[in-house]
Amino acid sequence: MLDINHIAKTFNPGTITEKIALRDVDLHLEEGDFVTVIGGNGAGKSTMLNAISGVFSVDAGSIIIDGHDVTSLPEHRRALYLGRVFQDPMTGTAATMTIEENMALAHRRGQKRSPFRWGISSSEKKLYRDELARLGLGLEDRMSARVGLLSGGQRQALTLLMATLKKPRLLLLDEHTAALDPKTAAKVLHLTRELIADNHLTALMVTHNMKDALQYGNRIVMMHEGKIIVDVDRQTKTSLRVDDLLQMFEHTSGAALDNDRMLLGT
Amino acid sequence: MDLVKLFNAFPGAVSQGLVWGIMAIGVYLTYRILDVSDLTVDGSMATGGAVAAMMITGGADPWLAVLCAFLVGTLAGLVTGLFHTTMGIPAILSGILTQLALYSVNLRIMGGKANTAVNVSKYSVLVTSRNVRLLSADNPIVLLIVITAVLIVLLHLFFSTEYGCSLRATGANQNMARAQGINTKFGTVVGLMLANGIVAFSGAMLTQYQGFADVQMARGAIVIGLAAVIIGEVVFGKIFHSFWGRLICVSLGAIIYYLVMQIVLWLGLNTNDLKMLTALVVAVFLAVPYWKSQIKPKKRGA
Repeated sequence: MLDINHIAKTFNPGTITEKIALRDVDLHLEEGDFVTVIGGNGAGKSTMLNAISGVFSVDAGSIIIDGHDVTSLPEHRRALYLGRVFQDPMTGTAATMTIEENMALAHRRGQKRSPFRWGISSSEKKLYRDELARLGLGLEDRMSARVGLLSGGQRQALTLLMATLKKPRLLLLDEHTAALDPKTAAKVLHLTRELIADNHLTALMVTHNMKDALQYGNRIVMMHEGKIIVDVDRQTKTSLRVDDLLQMFEHTSGAALDNDRMLLGT
Repeated sequence: MDLVKLFNAFPGAVSQGLVWGIMAIGVYLTYRILDVSDLTVDGSMATGGAVAAMMITGGADPWLAVLCAFLVGTLAGLVTGLFHTTMGIPAILSGILTQLALYSVNLRIMGGKANTAVNVSKYSVLVTSRNVRLLSADNPIVLLIVITAVLIVLLHLFFSTEYGCSLRATGANQNMARAQGINTKFGTVVGLMLANGIVAFSGAMLTQYQGFADVQMARGAIVIGLAAVIIGEVVFGKIFHSFWGRLICVSLGAIIYYLVMQIVLWLGLNTNDLKMLTALVVAVFLAVPYWKSQIKPKKRGA
């Protein structure tokens, strides 16, 4: 499904700000895998997701999605395969456009956009209304409101819905609940699980939260200093607890986790 | 102070405002929809004027002349767009480079002369300031209103299409647009071409209206365009919310701008000081949102 073959990335090579972000990352996802990715700050979690989505090109290695080598494709061409939700709720939606316009943009993800077809047809609106209704946020009655008027949680829920509206081959979630309050975060995570299950999606979810990493998905990948250091499969994962994960981390990386946010599992 | 003199100047101000309103609609597309400050317009407006002047004095149909002005304007936008997207030059600097280059291009178009007269009695033109006080369909205001209305309708339709929506998304949030599979670089180039085509078209209308084209005719055009956009938003923004409504705001903003300019001239301001006044007015209007954001924390603390 997804094959990340030994990719590497160094930012600003040869300068004083040189940063080796990814070292020989190798990861393979099966159809229907829901993988959670954990690790401290600067471990390369988001960088790996950005490498998959084509925000930058990698220095070495290849990325294959569903048999298509996307390594040299620009970001907008990879969108055909990917649904994405970002950490910042502002990133995933166009604030100055209406809810239904945003949905219509997402509905055409990866397709050719014609200057001779309407950006949104009345028959689609019915579909969007039904989809929005399942969020339980009342957005279905505000479809012509600008997205900028929504709260962060509402925007993130909308982004999530948009990312799955046209079924993606792979769903990339980059700490998509980190900027939300705990109650809203729980709601959005619940919705995430529901959408992934309903659509039988393959997903990669980056999180700071060990509890979430254990609770969601069927596989855990742990990153440290730009490398994948632990890969826990379905069988092992069910019996794991946060303490076990911490021990694994210390054992493999030879360092204690210095990230309070991660230890506390907030 | 002679009030009759002031009222006599109003029809001229309105038609000038309408011509510059078309130009300001082009500025609105880049500044507000694409979120790019495009300074190409200072050159491309004069390019449109030069093309129209040469074609009309060469005996071409004025409609053909304004169409060609539009097309040449899109080329100017293409150059800026390529500077920006393929050479990585910041948008604002790309526009300045094209604008500078266009000064030479405009002189070339006009055969090395700094200006070209378009004599209304000798050539057929679409609009002329000579008829500005006529009470008939020959009054330039009539045709300018029709052209503005048609332009607004066409733009509204275009920006309601799939492709138009993707351009709006590009300006609203580039990251989101790319995540939806929109080629933001290409879209930016298309937007710049469309905007500069419209600006050049307005230059072609201005040349006919004033009876000459001049390489200096659009100096500071970007500032007048911005003034129209901002005045329109401040005065009518609460009334119009739709896309076409916003474009009407811009056109009305340009008319208000020229009416105000007439009034300050009537009050005795030196014509030479107009550009400074315009710059200051735009600076203040641009500062208002910033000042508002600076005041808020103080209120909370108190």
